[in-house]
Amino acid sequence: MNARTAIIVAAVLALACFPLFGGKFGVDFVTKTMVLAILALSLELLVGQVGLVCFGQAAFFGIGAYAVVLLTPKAAAAPVAWLLPAAVGAAALYALVVGALSIRTRGVYFIMVTLAFSQMAYYVAHDTPLGGGTDGIYLNFVPSAGPIDLARAMPVYYLTLAALVAVFVFLAVVMRSRFGRALAGIRVNEQRMRAAGFSTYPYKLAAFVLSGAIAGLAGFLFAVKDGFVNPELMGWHISGTVLMMVILGGIGHLHGAVLGAFAFTLLQEFFKSNAVFGDFSKHWALGVGLSIILVVALLPRGLAGRRG
Amino acid sequence: MDLATFAVQCLNALQYGLLLFLIASGLTLIFGVMGVINLAHGSFYMIGAYMAYALAPALGGTAGLGFIATLLVGLVLAVALGYALEWAFFSFLYEREHLQQVLMTYGLILVFEELRSLTLGDDVHGVAVPAWLSGSIALGGLMSYPVYRLFISGVCVALALAMYAVISRTRLGMAIRAGSSNREMVASLGIDVKQLFRMMFAAGVALATLAGMLAAPVSSVYPGMGNQVLIICFVVVVIGGLGSVRGALAAALLVGAVDTFGKVFFPQAAGVLVYVLMAVVLLWRPEGLFKAT
Repeated sequence: MNARTAIIVAAVLALACFPLFGGKFGVDFVTKTMVLAILALSLELLVGQVGLVCFGQAAFFGIGAYAVVLLTPKAAAAPVAWLLPAAVGAAALYALVVGALSIRTRGVYFIMVTLAFSQMAYYVAHDTPLGGGTDGIYLNFVPSAGPIDLARAMPVYYLTLAALVAVFVFLAVVMRSRFGRALAGIRVNEQRMRAAGFSTYPYKLAAFVLSGAIAGLAGFLFAVKDGFVNPELMGWHISGTVLMMVILGGIGHLHGAVLGAFAFTLLQEFFKSNAVFGDFSKHWALGVGLSIILVVALLPRGLAGRRG
Repeated sequence: MDLATFAVQCLNALQYGLLLFLIASGLTLIFGVMGVINLAHGSFYMIGAYMAYALAPALGGTAGLGFIATLLVGLVLAVALGYALEWAFFSFLYEREHLQQVLMTYGLILVFEELRSLTLGDDVHGVAVPAWLSGSIALGGLMSYPVYRLFISGVCVALALAMYAVISRTRLGMAIRAGSSNREMVASLGIDVKQLFRMMFAAGVALATLAGMLAAPVSSVYPGMGNQVLIICFVVVVIGGLGSVRGALAAALLVGAVDTFGKVFFPQAAGVLVYVLMAVVLLWRPEGLFKAT
């Protein structure tokens, strides 16, 4: 077991023990952060591993969350066993459509096309009665999961932690597979991959759909945790924030995405804390902004990147 | 819709499009020549609007020449801000990956918004239309059109022409055009690229700030106004083709028209139309309408 694996295992153990002393607020905060970390991992797959900078990840996240609320019947709870696949599938389906069209473009154009498609999803939720409009909708019944009660904070915490670990391990395995190697090749030199006989389009599309599905999983967890969805989940602010988490953490490392998500939310929480900053805490964004600028200036490869 | 209403909507579309062009042209030039994705560009628009609000009382209100004085002082401050920012934050970013620039400029957005909140508060403000531009012109009996909006369009057209003249007719413009197609070559031909970049950046800041100052009396001054305009300007820049000023003008007018008439004909879907337009354009021409020259 090398040093990096040891650190990751230690981090997972720390997260597993955290609820013992974390308190109600702490558990809620870490659950939220882990959901964002899953979302950041889904984006890291595209940005860091394939080199596709997607600025519309919030759409898949939001679709996953909306699917939970919309597919739960009015009068009874729906079982996780089919709600989870439905949420993930809905997000993956939209990712398939968006990916099939947008992968034709490159660079900044790709960033903007993915933004366009996520804004379309946003406006469908925002302006049509389908998604409850601007106010959003409440989840009538928390999904039923046999003996596990997902209305309580603790089971949701461990479910989210398990999902985070599963996604992380899954992506780590995927990146070591032939498929993952092909993706890395596309990131480094797509031209050469084509010359080597790879049809790159299906690989990129598959990665895009996989990423959308994982974002849908994050959306599912978010809806279960909060019991409420609104159009802002699909807004570009979320896409932007997640992208910032990935860049902050260090592009090209799976653990960078998780680190970025935790660093970003912790920074926010730190500068928002009344105890440290008193009245100035309402200007928390100033501290976050300056810290980000400092990270860019001092750590060109992000928090997880190697120095130099 | 009768003819007069149609004319009013056309003028609105034109004015909105031209204002977008003012902001987007700086954005596209900064990307085209300097290769920097500047998310903080919308903040300059916000800063301009707040300057119009904060400077006007000190410079004799918006009566008579006070408005012109506000614009001029604001422009000087904007150029100074542009130079200072380029020196402090951007000059070391050119060699970095785009995503590092994105992260840095995202940090700058947060800082600008909070500095604004600290100095001028979070309230929504109105800015009075200067007295000598406050009239309106009758259009076909019932309708009328405010003179101030025509003034905005006029200023934007004048600036667009000036920009065209500078870019296509002067040595500086030649350096800019060459810089956007091949930076290393321009540097090796002995043009002071550092100076060129600093000037370009300051000009971009000044244009966005001016747009903010001009828009303040029509659109009121509110927190977060910069972010809203930023996304639309990126849409414009991308539809037009990155780095192309001509493309930015065409795209800005197109977006202005789609947005304005969208609100009239399909109020339900107004917000999404611009994005549909962008998606259609990019799927048809993956590099925008005009490739950078």
